[in-house]
Amino acid sequence: MSGTSLKLPWWVDYALLPLLNLSLALLVAGLVILSTGEDPIEAVTAMVQGALGSGEGIGYTLYYATDMIFTGLAVAVAFHCGLFNIGAEGQAYLGGLGLTLVCLYLDWLPFWLVFPLAMLAAAAFGAAYAALPAWLQAKRGSHIVITTIMLNFIAYALMEWLLVNVLIKPGQMSPETRAFAPNAQLPSMQRLLGGLGIEIAQTPLNIAFLVALVCMVLVWVLIWHTRWGYGVRVVGASPRAAVYAGIAPGRRIIQAMVLSGALSAGVALNEVMGAQHKLLVNFPGGYGFTGIAVALMGRNHPAGVLISAVLFGALYQGGAELSFDMPTISSYLIVALQGLVILFTGGLALMLRPALVRLFGRA
Amino acid sequence: MPPDPLANGQTPAVELRGIDKRFGTVHANRAVDLTVQRGHIHGLIGENGAGKSTLMSILYGFYTADAGEIRIGGVPVSIAESKDAIEAGIEMVHQHFMLVETMTVLENVILGAEGGALLSRHLPAARDRLKTFSRDYGLDVDPDAIVGDLPVGAQQRVEILKALYRGAEILILDEPTGVLTPQEATDLFRILAALRTQGKTVILVTHKLREIMAITDRVSVMRAGQMVGHRDTSATSPEELGELMIGRKLANRLDKAPVRIGAVAMDVSGLSVRDAMGVERVKNVSFTLRQGEIVGIAGVSGNGQNELMEALAGMRRFAAGTVRLGEADITPARPLAPDALRALGMAHVPEDRLRTGLLPSFAARESAILGYHNDPAYGRGPLLDWGVIDRHTATLMQRYEVKPPLPKLRGSLFSGGNQQKLIMAREMERDPKVLMVGQPTRGVDIGGIDFIHRQLVAMRDRGCAVLLVSVELDEILRLSDRILVMFDGRIVGDLLPEAADERQLGLMMAGAN
Repeated sequence: MSGTSLKLPWWVDYALLPLLNLSLALLVAGLVILSTGEDPIEAVTAMVQGALGSGEGIGYTLYYATDMIFTGLAVAVAFHCGLFNIGAEGQAYLGGLGLTLVCLYLDWLPFWLVFPLAMLAAAAFGAAYAALPAWLQAKRGSHIVITTIMLNFIAYALMEWLLVNVLIKPGQMSPETRAFAPNAQLPSMQRLLGGLGIEIAQTPLNIAFLVALVCMVLVWVLIWHTRWGYGVRVVGASPRAAVYAGIAPGRRIIQAMVLSGALSAGVALNEVMGAQHKLLVNFPGGYGFTGIAVALMGRNHPAGVLISAVLFGALYQGGAELSFDMPTISSYLIVALQGLVILFTGGLALMLRPALVRLFGRA
Repeated sequence: MPPDPLANGQTPAVELRGIDKRFGTVHANRAVDLTVQRGHIHGLIGENGAGKSTLMSILYGFYTADAGEIRIGGVPVSIAESKDAIEAGIEMVHQHFMLVETMTVLENVILGAEGGALLSRHLPAARDRLKTFSRDYGLDVDPDAIVGDLPVGAQQRVEILKALYRGAEILILDEPTGVLTPQEATDLFRILAALRTQGKTVILVTHKLREIMAITDRVSVMRAGQMVGHRDTSATSPEELGELMIGRKLANRLDKAPVRIGAVAMDVSGLSVRDAMGVERVKNVSFTLRQGEIVGIAGVSGNGQNELMEALAGMRRFAAGTVRLGEADITPARPLAPDALRALGMAHVPEDRLRTGLLPSFAARESAILGYHNDPAYGRGPLLDWGVIDRHTATLMQRYEVKPPLPKLRGSLFSGGNQQKLIMAREMERDPKVLMVGQPTRGVDIGGIDFIHRQLVAMRDRGCAVLLVSVELDEILRLSDRILVMFDGRIVGDLLPEAADERQLGLMMAGAN
């Protein structure tokens, strides 16, 4: 046994350690900013202020976090089955297609019917697009990392072709559909809470955020409190033990990936139906990949996914504000900063643990 | 216990004084003293959990002691990590080998001691040294063989070569025979004797009394974290060591009621099993298993026993034959999955505990329902009720003496014996009609072996049909009411234990008949 498995008080493992890692990331980022001749304190203040300092900032932070809760959960579910789903991006994209078809062609239905239908269609398309590599993995042994990466590119190409040639609103240059009818748009949180007499700032934050929270709870119940989730985790931990227990690994792999793909499609709910109200090119915007970092950092636990998704949401929003406030700091630096956070909280997550064991590890 | 004095006043190779180590509430080592003389094979014996592995891990730098002193060749040293131990000439051959299976023997041996960036200059020299070792110690291994292709015994020799190559003077072997066939174990002891002749010091950690008696010069016994005795091997007996180990007298014989054979529980006829490469591993095997009897399958491991068990347990399809289980006929055209077989009253304790029978990374309670997770008693509908499962696991742990009795403790943190007891508990408590058991006591300590054997006999006395596969002849002879010998996928012998002796069985197992 190495030092990493020694017992520490829970708050050290789950609060102090991540906080120290985050501070380290910010420290290194500060040094980088310092080298560009800007004041790092000012920059960090601008970021934190931008992400959490105002109702508007918080709204945007949670709006970004919504996408990452969905993709983070998607990656986590697949991970519990021993699968590395790199294809959340493409699954989200295809999910957008299903959702858009409902929103464009069934918008004569009332909202309370369009909403669940659109959600189902998004989930079904995302799931189907994940089922393909899962089936190849289960039946043919094609490695799911490779197939899901490749299917991302096929999704890009397919969706661009559809948007340019089929779904585009006639008479315009940009490849996007017409705006959805009002009854095919998700109400914003501002409108929802306004109806309850609570005033919040105008942001793209919409009820997809609530759907994400519900999904979080559902995933937690499914993975840890159902026989099905138990089987998924057994397959992930030891396929041989699964066979021994009468759990067919191939079937669980396909089922877990179907669920993963359906969760990825939540991005479409938030972006297409919630924020943009139309399908446009490249709407998943890399959230499928960020979801991998979110899941890893959240240790594939739904609650951890929520926390790290909010952190990443804050980085997105704070970074955007920062490049607005301090134009000398290019947007690439923001990406570098996000990279540092992933590095320290994900890749080097246990770097400081031995030191903390020496400090707190009194049994 | 005072430090162990040495008769001849020579500087000992290893001296541990007052070693103390706690893990949380567990006091793994209390003021342990150990003196190992140079050029000796020193046995360290004790039940699983007695603290031998902790002590050796401290000597090898995996753990740091809370208190105590380590002297190597009379000089106090501080061993904070394995590197320090290696520099002090200490090497460890682990129970689970640390080899790169895709590389050759030579490449594995020089791993970590490559002697420079360019291998081409170094390899011929390494090859020469390897040859010297092979000659001096009788360590026969082809330097260019791929490690993954070698049998277990040869892989272990590679581990020993690796240690010698790095200049080991003191060699720690942790349960080295746990994975070996009797023949391979004999080979190993020959090698250890050669090492002793060449002046190396060997510490042999084991729980097998027979090995201690066969090969060591001196033996130290641990129990519950403490050193309870040091003896010269020539001046002690297995009975004395056994008593020291478990702190009470050991019942030497297993009292078995006369066999009361009932109806046929399982009838296997013409069974043939092929592996993934299409090689026939089980060839036209037929036998009958009746209620109330233990049928033991003896054989050197790798002669088809594993494939036979997996096929019978539904984990592997078979190519030909019929298995009749109760009223059900299982054929290649109509196979039954493991869950269906469980529903028919079959239970299976698999040979590979850590990858098949148990989930080492999960809490014990999750292993306690493996295979029975669809039982309606464990929750309503699709849900699992962990409260119920917790209580169920706690009951199992109490009844089958699993220690520590903590349902939420991770499976890998239990000792081998306790992991096995948990699996046994899970498979036995439903009173199966047929119980298949593979290597039930591999890596299990003496007290645990006794317990497990009694449980198996109790199952038989209750009318269960037990099919036992073991490479331990003692075990087969002790438990079986009928013995089948497997060689090269066939059953080459069918005899009663009264009519069998070890020599005859050994010859059958080697395919000599």
